[in-house]
Amino acid sequence: MSSQIPAELRYTASHEWVRKNPDGTLTIGITDHAQHALGDLVFAETPEAGRTLAAGEACAVVESVKAASDVYSPVAGTVIEGNAGLGDAPEKINTDPYGEGWLWKLKPADAGAVGGLLDAAGYERAIADAAE
Amino acid sequence: MTLQTPLHDRHIELGARMVDFGGWDMPLQYGSQLEEHHTVRRDAGMFDVSHMRAVDVEGPRSGDFLRRLLANDVGRLTAPGKALYSCLLNDDGRVLDDLIVYFRGPDRYRLVVNAGTADKDLAWIGAQAPASGIGIRPRGDLGIVAVQGPQARARVAGLLAPAAAARAAALAPFFATDLDLLGAEAFAARTGYTGEDGYELMVPGSQLRALWDALLAAGVRPCGLGARDTLRLEAGMNLYGNDMDERTTPLESGLAWTVSLEPGRDFIGRRALEAQLAAGVPRKLVGVLLLDKGVLRSHQKVYAGPAGEGETTSGSYSPTLERSIALARVPAATGAEVEVDIRGKRLRARVVRPPFVRHGKAQIPL
Repeated sequence: MSSQIPAELRYTASHEWVRKNPDGTLTIGITDHAQHALGDLVFAETPEAGRTLAAGEACAVVESVKAASDVYSPVAGTVIEGNAGLGDAPEKINTDPYGEGWLWKLKPADAGAVGGLLDAAGYERAIADAAE
Repeated sequence: MTLQTPLHDRHIELGARMVDFGGWDMPLQYGSQLEEHHTVRRDAGMFDVSHMRAVDVEGPRSGDFLRRLLANDVGRLTAPGKALYSCLLNDDGRVLDDLIVYFRGPDRYRLVVNAGTADKDLAWIGAQAPASGIGIRPRGDLGIVAVQGPQARARVAGLLAPAAAARAAALAPFFATDLDLLGAEAFAARTGYTGEDGYELMVPGSQLRALWDALLAAGVRPCGLGARDTLRLEAGMNLYGNDMDERTTPLESGLAWTVSLEPGRDFIGRRALEAQLAAGVPRKLVGVLLLDKGVLRSHQKVYAGPAGEGETTSGSYSPTLERSIALARVPAATGAEVEVDIRGKRLRARVVRPPFVRHGKAQIPL
């Protein structure tokens, strides 16, 4: 099945997306492919502002009716804010994974670290490889 | 090797995501699990449950045998078609399986047992059975579709000729009857595993697809095991292997009501249960409603204060209540409030008496 993979974002093989904001911060969420695989999301726990994250650190949890899944920070940095809007509406991750369903904003420790992540084509290949 | 029901290819055609369940490749969901759940609470949904095993037990000694084999008393079944829920116990009073037994007439019973335990059950039942006067016949030739929801009976009625429709309409809850369904000899039981009204329909496997497609055309929505699990949990119904198993007795599994301890009947496991009752049943299975935000899952630690600690046995988000609920095995002295460990945090929860939901309505204060 096809899922949306916006060209302007960066990705991880563990299905997070990263958007570079004009002010140098990053917005992070889970991909359309991931939300579809997880099914109806009913709970999200996002990291608190001020928390320092290592690259690859499990720092958020999304729970579908079926199961809980960790979400990992794509790069190191300091959390600016978690998406409080998900508390009452976790289904936004299903309906708008790249918009209102964002999980947290991060001030990256290294502004260049995002460049090491997958681009859209790379992520699409990663999904295809995993499906084989 | 993974087993398949006669509807396996149909599930794939309908876009189901498949999952292994008890050795069977079964539909987890066709689309949104939440929508499938709500459809059963509000309208009508259907489940392929052909992985469950019907076993016919017949013969002049069948009644006496089942009165010894089962913790509930089939002697209470006097009206033809009446169904009874029971545990199958070992000599230690631990639960080998839970099942429904239908009284089809004098010396004619049908059991329906769980998929993952069917082979074990049959070996146990065979070993306990007398050498003569009884026939035990697994009915792997039958397919089973559960049609559940407030509109389920009306949708099925639309498929029936007048005589069969009259039989179905006259069926009381927890009764079953034979009837003609789309030209097939069917066994229709007004039973289920969702807390809603409806039928479990058994037909020859070769006729299952015609039945499924007729129900589909009548507007009954296919639902997967995902929705089946949240529906049964809301209904406060135990799942074998989660909420009770060979390490637990029915008395510590919320199933004391299914054990018939009337004097004069020596059933397998009775002595062990009486000993446990005399010594005091140390644990109980309760319902839990999470008060803080989060999702309860199985195997989370429950803190019951001075009473001690327990564990959730099934947990999920409840689509009907829009809260998280669980069943939990806790010390007998557990009070009204507990805490549950979710990822290292102790969240507040209230102990409630299941069911959480019946016939679309909340049964507990929120």
